[in-house]
Amino acid sequence: MFRWIVWRDLMLAWRRRTDALSTLFFFMIVVSLFPLSIGPETQVLRSIAPGVVWVAALLASMLSLGRLFASDYVDGTLEQMLLTPQPLYLIVLGKVLAQWVVSGIPLILISPLLGVQLGLSHQSLLVLAASLLLGIPVLNLIGSIGTALTLGLRGSGVLLSLLVLPLCIPTLIFGTGAVEATLISANPEANIYVLGAVFVLTMVFAPWATCAALRISLE
Amino acid sequence: MLDATNLECVRGNRRLFKNMSFSMRPGDLVQLIGPNGSGKTSLIRMLCGLLPPTSGEIRWRGTRISALGEEYYSAVTYLGHRHGAKDEFTALENLRVSSGLSGCEITHEQAMDMLTRVGLNGRENLAARLLSEGQRRRLGLARLLVRQTSLWLLDEVLTSLDEAGAESIKLLMVEHLDKGGMAVVATHQELDLSVNNFQRIELAS
Repeated sequence: MFRWIVWRDLMLAWRRRTDALSTLFFFMIVVSLFPLSIGPETQVLRSIAPGVVWVAALLASMLSLGRLFASDYVDGTLEQMLLTPQPLYLIVLGKVLAQWVVSGIPLILISPLLGVQLGLSHQSLLVLAASLLLGIPVLNLIGSIGTALTLGLRGSGVLLSLLVLPLCIPTLIFGTGAVEATLISANPEANIYVLGAVFVLTMVFAPWATCAALRISLE
Repeated sequence: MLDATNLECVRGNRRLFKNMSFSMRPGDLVQLIGPNGSGKTSLIRMLCGLLPPTSGEIRWRGTRISALGEEYYSAVTYLGHRHGAKDEFTALENLRVSSGLSGCEITHEQAMDMLTRVGLNGRENLAARLLSEGQRRRLGLARLLVRQTSLWLLDEVLTSLDEAGAESIKLLMVEHLDKGGMAVVATHQELDLSVNNFQRIELAS
């Protein structure tokens, strides 16, 4: 069953691949705007790089979040999913996993390239990718709660950002913290461990909250 | 099997119905009739467990459906207003995916066979967005055939089906009821089925 939901969402994303590509281009453009507007001083760029890449990744994943349940809600496949004899928890987890593969992995893969553009060193690039690897699924999981709550509402995009962005602050702090540590030659491990813990916690609890929110939205 | 007692439904600040009680045994058919907005869809969604009743309770084999959860869903198939088909998938993919998700995986051949039975032969590899309204309904009917659950909850299932389509769904229903299945059908059309245990529930506006 889990296999089916992941396969289904990946296949749908493949048939609508422009959506995933636009998220990726959004991420690249936002990061590229900073060197253009701030100027080419490597020292300045390097110091703001962790924050810039992380905030851009956060906004890019917000952009793709709206699609997580919206089309399934409109065509009625979501209510059918609620009525399957399988736990809804697994369905939500499968959908978020597919979402992460489709819109998260491209961001993680392209992030070192953008880091080079901002003058990050080799070690910082590795830590940046690692922190995004743990951080983006957290953003997706937290976002899934918000998307489920705002299903079918008018102007849900803005409301979604207002709900979800504050909840993403801890992830953002530890994520940028890890990369910043490498800039002052400190050890980034502590931040990465905290990110890992946050990831495990949200993976356990967020789908559960999303299920409850979905049931409310579909009443 | 299915017992609804004193159901009340309030949507917004309007009470759609109250003191609605009925029970169903194997082989029973319930038809819900009433004007638009009288609460047919709400009642069906309550029976699905999607909409909690404002008051009253629904029991399946003596246990509240809210307590049964997934166990209840393995006995129920719901066809709603919305078709539950993805536009990007072909008819065949839609059927296989929805079957896989509801825990009864079917092979390519089985899916082809089901689609032929609901009159979609030759359309198996057409994207659902290219299917007509009636053909999408038929795709939903194929789900009933795959899942073989004992309770069918059908909301306006005859809408946009042609005569042959309406006939075949009636045949499916009779066959289902003969095997001891149950069905709740919300529809404006006359059902004129030759079944013994036929209840009509009229919802006033």
